[in-house]
Amino acid sequence: MASTLSTFKSLRLNRVGRDFGRLNALKELDFSIERGEFVALLGPSGCGKSTALNCIAGLLSTTRGSIWLDETRIDTMGPEERGFGMVFQNYALFPHMSVRDNIGFGLKMRGVPKADAAKRIDQAIATVRLEAQAEKLPGQLSGGQQQRVAIARAIVIEPPVVLMDEPLSNLDAKLRLEMRQEIRRIHAGLGSITLYVTHDQDEAMSLADRIVVLRDGEVRQIGTPEDLYLRPARLDVADFMGFRNRIPGRVVARSGDHIILDVAGTEFAGTLRSSLTGDSAIAVVRPDDMSVGETGLAATVEACEYRGRHFFGSAKAPGGIELFFRAPAAYRPGTPVKLAADPSRVLVYEGATP
Amino acid sequence: MSDTPSEHVPLRLRLAAKGIDGVTLLVLPLVVALILLFVYPFLYGLWLSFRPKDGSLLGNYAKFFSDPFLYETVGKTLWLAIPVTVINLVVAIPVALRVRLMRRQRVLTTILVLPITLGTVLVAEGMLNYFGPQGWFNRVLLTALGPQGWFNGPLMDVFGPHGWFDQTLMMGPLMTAPLISGPLKLVHNYTGVLLSLVITGFPFTFLLVLSYLTGIDPALEKAAATLGAGPGSRFRHIIMPLLLPGLAVTFCLGFVQAYSVFPSAVLLGAPSGPTRVISIAAYEAAFEQYDYSLASAIAMIMGVTLLLVVIAVLGARTLVYRGPAGGGKG
Amino acid sequence: MRDVISPVRTLTDRIWVTFVWVVTGFFIVNLFAMIGTVIVSSLGTRWLGTWLPAGWTGNWYLSAWDEFQLGDLLTVTFEVVFAVVALSGLIGIPAAYALARRDFPGKRVVMLLLLLPLIIPPITYGIPLATVLYVTGLGGTLNGVILANLVPALPFVVLVMIPFIEQIDPRVEDAARVFGANTFRLFWHVLLPLLLPGALAALLLVLVRTIAMFELTFLTAGPGDQTLVVALYYAVFAAGVRAVQSIDAMAVVYMLTTLVWLIVALRFVNPTQMVTRGKQQQTDNG
Repeated sequence: MASTLSTFKSLRLNRVGRDFGRLNALKELDFSIERGEFVALLGPSGCGKSTALNCIAGLLSTTRGSIWLDETRIDTMGPEERGFGMVFQNYALFPHMSVRDNIGFGLKMRGVPKADAAKRIDQAIATVRLEAQAEKLPGQLSGGQQQRVAIARAIVIEPPVVLMDEPLSNLDAKLRLEMRQEIRRIHAGLGSITLYVTHDQDEAMSLADRIVVLRDGEVRQIGTPEDLYLRPARLDVADFMGFRNRIPGRVVARSGDHIILDVAGTEFAGTLRSSLTGDSAIAVVRPDDMSVGETGLAATVEACEYRGRHFFGSAKAPGGIELFFRAPAAYRPGTPVKLAADPSRVLVYEGATP
Repeated sequence: MSDTPSEHVPLRLRLAAKGIDGVTLLVLPLVVALILLFVYPFLYGLWLSFRPKDGSLLGNYAKFFSDPFLYETVGKTLWLAIPVTVINLVVAIPVALRVRLMRRQRVLTTILVLPITLGTVLVAEGMLNYFGPQGWFNRVLLTALGPQGWFNGPLMDVFGPHGWFDQTLMMGPLMTAPLISGPLKLVHNYTGVLLSLVITGFPFTFLLVLSYLTGIDPALEKAAATLGAGPGSRFRHIIMPLLLPGLAVTFCLGFVQAYSVFPSAVLLGAPSGPTRVISIAAYEAAFEQYDYSLASAIAMIMGVTLLLVVIAVLGARTLVYRGPAGGGKG
Repeated sequence: MRDVISPVRTLTDRIWVTFVWVVTGFFIVNLFAMIGTVIVSSLGTRWLGTWLPAGWTGNWYLSAWDEFQLGDLLTVTFEVVFAVVALSGLIGIPAAYALARRDFPGKRVVMLLLLLPLIIPPITYGIPLATVLYVTGLGGTLNGVILANLVPALPFVVLVMIPFIEQIDPRVEDAARVFGANTFRLFWHVLLPLLLPGALAALLLVLVRTIAMFELTFLTAGPGDQTLVVALYYAVFAAGVRAVQSIDAMAVVYMLTTLVWLIVALRFVNPTQMVTRGKQQQTDNG
């Protein structure tokens, strides 16, 4: 095995890249993860996050760069030599083996003595609460149960690194929330590295210590969930982190970070997050931070959806700008409103004039 | 492992990116076997066919198309293969349409797979007994419709001279003799070969049509029904267009089998007369005259004829829809 | 397929149903009667101009066993069949795996190469093949018969196995790798058990088809390496030389050898697969 759980310190990606023919699927992945960390690789589909995970697992060869576990280079090793644990998106359970045998597979490959293996399997089964299903075949289990088997199979070998490839994407919403907590709990108990691939920013933020945002095969930002939530470094990251309102405007005043834009004749204040060369910029705001007030951008309500404690409205401002906001009541379509946001919650990036 | 981070990509990885790795090499034995046992003999046969005994390039082909004993085999084979293929297909479609709705399809399909599995030689032996002049088939016919048959008297009373038609309706006798006066000659002639091709060919055609039919997403028919299409319209507008490409393939496969008829043409037909099919000519050339060159030429002519028919049918197929028969996602 | 719209019972519908049942019934009755004739004849003493033979006897089987050397024929038949099954399995299944899992330049050519021997009738390629085998000295030998029978058997195994392998999730193999299985263990613990049902089905089908394969064996076999079906052909061809009942006894023996394996095969496959070559695998039988 590449390294044992007790001694390793970090997993390091050194300018890793991967091409598929002409396609540059992964440009240059360069970061390291410390022991005990839970890192999420976040990005829209096709951004290269699964490619990255498969390269780390050894299921795909890299085209450039190297991957290191402490001082051992692992990208030249086969997947079976790396000793990682992996949870696949569709679980990839062995259909002909019982739950027990599935979980015990890694131990069997490692030649762990039977008695010891049995004990560890029991423990893993208990961790994922599948005692009653231990002798069943995967085909007889529900999606959530299969998911637990997949996790147990990955953790029972006590790997230095656990890789998870969108493990919750096939589950329904309620189960997804339950499993999140469980994954977090299991990670805390293991003390290894967990690298978690997802396209769901909620999932990434609630699980990870650090998030790596990928887009078009490139790292766009690495940071804590809070960093990303409050201070996305780039416009496309902001877009991905739920800043749905995109308001283009012209810069009229600026002092330090504080900036005032002119949006269709109305002044709109925000915080500058990037360098600025011209006078055109784009302000982004989360719908939750956009509220109806006495002043602000004039718009006409187009639709209003019930969201439990509040309403979620969409409106159209002059110039065709679409705005999403939090509404205290159900506005009828056609109602004129004024929409405003706290300048500290309005992020401004350099951008082209509309 | 080395500690120096080398950025060089080995050839193995570059090939793997193209899909060539150790696993791909597993195809090699297959390809070698097929080249040695199929492609090479075919090319050898083609080459041999242009090296006839008389030394000219096209001697064999000239001989084939000038000797009626040889060139007539093409017509005779087509005269068997085309009617058989059409009959099998025309009967198989309505039967398959109905069987597709059945719950216990498997019993029927198992029975029908029997003649295919047993093969033409066994079917020929069975037919010689069963359809022969002393066989059960002729016995039943004679017992029912022969001169002393059960139904002959009543039929004569109605349609015969002085019968009901003749006397009461004054329309004259429709029957002057029993329908069957002796055993029907069903083997050692054209009919025998035709029947044997139906016995082995119908199940084959039926099972193919059935598998194409069950491949059509039932949701499409339901959708059509909700849009107001009755059974007739559903068949015409949904099933038939989706089934046509499959029918074309079925026709081709059925035709190919019928065209290459051999043992039953010898055993059940008149192999020197009306059922002297092309494969008999090829076989005789090779194993009775030991003229492998002429035999190869006949085999090539056989292959070309098949190819022409298949191309014609599949060419017609491109005129119709030939995408997936499922709905939306495949 | 249970939920296809159930037919409305109209008059045309009833005529249709009646037609279908009459046609199928007529076909099946004649089929069974035909097979029945062979069996009855093989067990009868003398059968001329009557519904049933004058008496019953099993002696034709004994005489057929000696006359046709059925023991030798069965030995040769199974030597050929098992050699073909083993070789087509060893060459075909790994190739099917590669074709199902990899995309490589020239794959379409290989697929075409697989389809041709199944579409072109055996008598067409059998004559040039037999010529080549006779030229190389393999014609008229057991090995020649085995090689000739491989031509349709190999593509058949491959084309039945490809869809079967495709429905095995490749991620399962990835998982085995990640959890530490090397190539051998991946094969032994994961691939083999997953491939077994499909391989068994494909090989059983090849077995049944090879027993019944007449043309290729007929064209390539010498007098000492005839299989049962070829010997049966010669016996029927030379009818009059031997007693009909004796030939029928041989036909029954042939029928039994085929049917035993067919019954075994049908435990694993849908009868439709006998003709569709795996192209239209029905996944739901339930």
